[in-house]
Amino acid sequence: MSLADYRYRDLIHRCFRCGYCKFPTSYLDVNNCPAYARYRLESYSTGGRLWLIRAWLNDEMEWTDHLAEIVFSCATCKNCTEQCPLPFSQDIVNMIVAARCEMVERGLMPAAVQQFLENVQRHGNPYGAPRSKRAEWFQGTDVEQYDGQEYLYYVGCVGSYDTRARETARTLAHVLKRGGVSFGVLGDRESCDGNDVAKLGEEGLFESLAEENIEQFKELGVTKVVTLSPHAYNAMRNDYPSLNGTFEVFHYTQLLNELIKKGTLDLSRGFDARVTYHDPCFLGRWNGEYEAPRAALRAVPGIELVEMERSRADTLCCGGGGGNFYTDFLGGSEDSPARIRIRQARDSGAQVVAVACPNCMTMLEDAAKAERLDESLSIRDVSEIVASALE
Amino acid sequence: MYDLEFDEKKCLRCQTCDCLTRCQYIDIDRDTAKVEMKKIINAEDSFVLHQCVTCYACEEYCRKGNHPFYLIVDRQEHLDIPPLPQPLIKQGVQLGIPWRGDLVVQDVKEPVIDMCMFPQLAASLQGRLFEGVSIMSTDPRQRAHFFCQLMYLHYARTSTIRERLPRIVENIARHNVTEVICFHDECYATFASYAPAVGIEVPFTPVHFFEFLYHRLTQVKEHIKPLNLKVAYQRPCSSRLSPDKLHFVDDIFALIGVESVDRQYVGENALCCGGAIRPQMYDGRYELADDVQKRNIDDIVEAGADFCVFNCPACFDTMSHLVAARGVNPIFMSDLCRLAVD
Amino acid sequence: MDSVLTSLKAIVGDTFASNEPEELYVYSRDLGTTEPYSPQYVVAPRTTEEVQDIVRLANREKIPLVPLGGGLTLAGLVMPLKGGIIVDMKRMDSVIEVNERARYAVIEAGVSQGKLVAYLHKHHPTLVHSEPGAPAQATVGGNIAIHGQGDLAQPYGFNSDMVNGLEVVLPTGEVCRVGSCSVSPHWFTMHPLPDLGLFLGWCGTTGIITRVSLKLYPAKRIRDSGQFVLEDANLVPDILYRISHTEMAGDLIAVNQELPVPVQGLHIISIFIAGDSEEEVEFKRRLIRLGILQEYIRRGDGGLIGLSAAVRPRLPRRPPISTIQDIKKGGGFEYVGAILPVDTYPECCRRGADISSRHNIAYTLLARVIGSSHAMMFSWSYVFNRADPETVRHAREALFESDELAIELGGIPWKPGVYGQKLILERMEPNTLRLMQQIKALLDPNGIMNPGNWEVSECPSQTTGTET
Repeated sequence: MSLADYRYRDLIHRCFRCGYCKFPTSYLDVNNCPAYARYRLESYSTGGRLWLIRAWLNDEMEWTDHLAEIVFSCATCKNCTEQCPLPFSQDIVNMIVAARCEMVERGLMPAAVQQFLENVQRHGNPYGAPRSKRAEWFQGTDVEQYDGQEYLYYVGCVGSYDTRARETARTLAHVLKRGGVSFGVLGDRESCDGNDVAKLGEEGLFESLAEENIEQFKELGVTKVVTLSPHAYNAMRNDYPSLNGTFEVFHYTQLLNELIKKGTLDLSRGFDARVTYHDPCFLGRWNGEYEAPRAALRAVPGIELVEMERSRADTLCCGGGGGNFYTDFLGGSEDSPARIRIRQARDSGAQVVAVACPNCMTMLEDAAKAERLDESLSIRDVSEIVASALE
Repeated sequence: MYDLEFDEKKCLRCQTCDCLTRCQYIDIDRDTAKVEMKKIINAEDSFVLHQCVTCYACEEYCRKGNHPFYLIVDRQEHLDIPPLPQPLIKQGVQLGIPWRGDLVVQDVKEPVIDMCMFPQLAASLQGRLFEGVSIMSTDPRQRAHFFCQLMYLHYARTSTIRERLPRIVENIARHNVTEVICFHDECYATFASYAPAVGIEVPFTPVHFFEFLYHRLTQVKEHIKPLNLKVAYQRPCSSRLSPDKLHFVDDIFALIGVESVDRQYVGENALCCGGAIRPQMYDGRYELADDVQKRNIDDIVEAGADFCVFNCPACFDTMSHLVAARGVNPIFMSDLCRLAVD
Repeated sequence: MDSVLTSLKAIVGDTFASNEPEELYVYSRDLGTTEPYSPQYVVAPRTTEEVQDIVRLANREKIPLVPLGGGLTLAGLVMPLKGGIIVDMKRMDSVIEVNERARYAVIEAGVSQGKLVAYLHKHHPTLVHSEPGAPAQATVGGNIAIHGQGDLAQPYGFNSDMVNGLEVVLPTGEVCRVGSCSVSPHWFTMHPLPDLGLFLGWCGTTGIITRVSLKLYPAKRIRDSGQFVLEDANLVPDILYRISHTEMAGDLIAVNQELPVPVQGLHIISIFIAGDSEEEVEFKRRLIRLGILQEYIRRGDGGLIGLSAAVRPRLPRRPPISTIQDIKKGGGFEYVGAILPVDTYPECCRRGADISSRHNIAYTLLARVIGSSHAMMFSWSYVFNRADPETVRHAREALFESDELAIELGGIPWKPGVYGQKLILERMEPNTLRLMQQIKALLDPNGIMNPGNWEVSECPSQTTGTET
């Protein structure tokens, strides 16, 4: 590999390592970059990572497992993009992803990344679970297979396989039904959306996943997709169109908010709790959707919605982005971003952390247990809160 | 080259001297005005040249179309009586130097709106009203290539205008346009008033932005929802150079269902936003600018306006926060029209 | 595993010590033009006790230690010039105490400027510290270790003049407190003895600062600014002198730069004022505008923008956002700052523009008034393209020439790199130098603290032992 062949060769040296990328807008603390928060060494900051990538591309540095770990520890949360004052800020995460592409192409990646990608390639999900189990989450419910309904409800890998996220997937299906939404699911025909595959740098695999999905959607006549996960929402909204897959894509919170606004959902049972909402990166910073989930929560009688000190574009990522919910380069420490985040939620005075992403759900639930806050602070998906309020 | 067409005889024969006697900033009677205009014509020092706030209004007050204001600023420069301190003139003149690359001719198709020095405002020209419109000067790095230069009237640097304007006209003409809609009425005035006055040929037809807006509104009449608002219009200095287009303000207001509040400082009696006055050399200009702004905004507030409507981005920059602080919403005319059209 | 690394990990935990090539690479590079120097280890302690353990280890093993804050001096002051251990202090970032009534904050040395600004704004909105204008991650400890100056420099002086007390881990591992905190529970004054001068300005060569008591100042509710624009550099010192005489300004900065083109050839004095009421601010505005600036305006020598209730003030964010490093789309800039008499401003500009021109770099010159025009901190900045070694070489040479110019004009290079330090030490009065040598030898017998910087032991007067 040489710098000359690198997609961002004319940009990457422009990072000065001034360090704004580590902060939230308030500057109240230096740990709003998940990887830097976890390791607190310059090498794990965005600037350090970019300098290391350049050194590797320039043959100043050999590839090592540690280098790969640093490169793959970025949660692609875009805090750096939000904070960097320079004109190339929009490309910072792309620069890191492009370096991952180079590594993946050469088979130079950490074992966990390799495992993730192999599992997706073989089984259509990162867990390596059989495709047949993908439909288990809705067994025993009245959820139907997609057959020309208005919406395709795309559940995604985490919602299909993770025990806790399956509950959310079911609850959302229930809420959509109650809202009179015409939808169907793909069940075991569903495959990985590819968002995190792309962020891990496996472009080829992403393209084949996306193309297969697009082909299947088209064959089935899908025009509207509602996703459980912001990750899928991001890929389908932003990446699929360039592969000739243009659908109307919604994150479920957007749809719920519309249903609530129309009065289709009767929330009069309410939900009495002080709730704080954690913005998922792929809904918030990646797609600018901060309001719909909040509006949905505000519409629930009894909820006192409180904001964490860092929210919206300043949110601290749970650390699960960019495949890290599986590869776990940021776990295992009290400085793990999910644990910092759960402490921030505690400090907000909330009793419930509302999430809108199955990855955040699993990350924050584990963190709450590790912080021994699981009894005082429950993690609930927005759809679950809405479901509880349904009369 | 590019001499001002100013008919001295017409001026010397003038019995009213409206140009000076109606000035809102210099207290001057008709006899004094005659004497001072004569001095100005003869390129002699006159207190008018020192006290002029460069509000452009005398161009409108002169009923003979004889360009007294253009003459005043010519003389200020010639006699080295700059309205502004020299360092600010230098800074202003350097503002118009293109330094971030040569002109890149854009692919535009008429109708074309020229944003001049305000490409950052191009993003607001969206929606039904602007369907099918191309926008020229959308890149801040390129904006000096489109800069109409007329701002230098405030700097008494007409030599700069005359030196640069032919190139600007050429830059725009290279886009193969027959008509150019001027977002800022300063541009319109440049091409419709100043350029002819000094003999610079303009190979395209300038169109006043409000004229364009008016016609577009009539085309989408069925989509207009009357706003039922009370508004005050902040007439900019450059509007004095195209008074024949001023009626479009009221015409637009009528179309979009807003009421222009009854106030003192409208039409020919409009007050300067104060932006040009404040930095001038002549003693007491800060206080004068404060006074003008206070009178103007008091008038807007007392007349009960909900919105203060702007054409000129410089007026907007100078006054928007001041009117907002008094409970009046600042808004560009284009945005007001967009509010009315669904 | 390497025994030193094992010891470091035992002190701070596995995560926060490393000798992996990746960490060594990143920490071997400054953001400025200094050539890389690789450390052998990187360690990020959380507590003073951990710092003590690290220092004892280094002293025992005679391994150099380089304390690092935000790493933004640009002058290579935190380069491991002789290898050793980089001690990244940024994990020590707790605000320990803010005493509102006595207006001071006790903080760990790794607290970032951004955090302190934000913390005070949130919890003590009536107080501010003198914010240095570096990117937000610059640390308070690092800043005072190089003296520092900030946006309250005109009324109150250098940031190192605002220190009430320090906790320092000496090069031999003991914790030492200087200032009132050595006697009393209150960190409210730098008195009695010994003097803080043993540590401030020494760039970490006499110990590792772990805690700082910093003076805070009244935060006014309203801030305003004006820009006074001039062509004639010779007028600038007089105007600065006269404005500082009014005692109405909070920060006074003169800038002369080639780009962007509209400001080329102009000197722009930014005047910042503040007050708790519009009346107070207006009083200050009028005193400066009518009392000082009006006569220059009347003559046409200068023009004023702002400094009016009716004009939106141009106020930098605190801390400001700097993008100068990207001017050449090359990710690099460095400057020489020097403490100079304000009267040298015109020559600093003229000669600075010459240096820039010789090296084909757009000139960027800035002066901040320190105290009542007692001095200015003048900076000659040079941008470069990190990917183009030729531009880096030019910038480096321009920096050396600027160091020389500062000395020639009777100035003191501020936070000098090694070259600037050498120029200072060469000219230093022998007994002063000898005193420095004695202090250094006493505090750091094994010469482990940030070696290569303020290398008084390598200066001739010690070896000859002569007195004059």
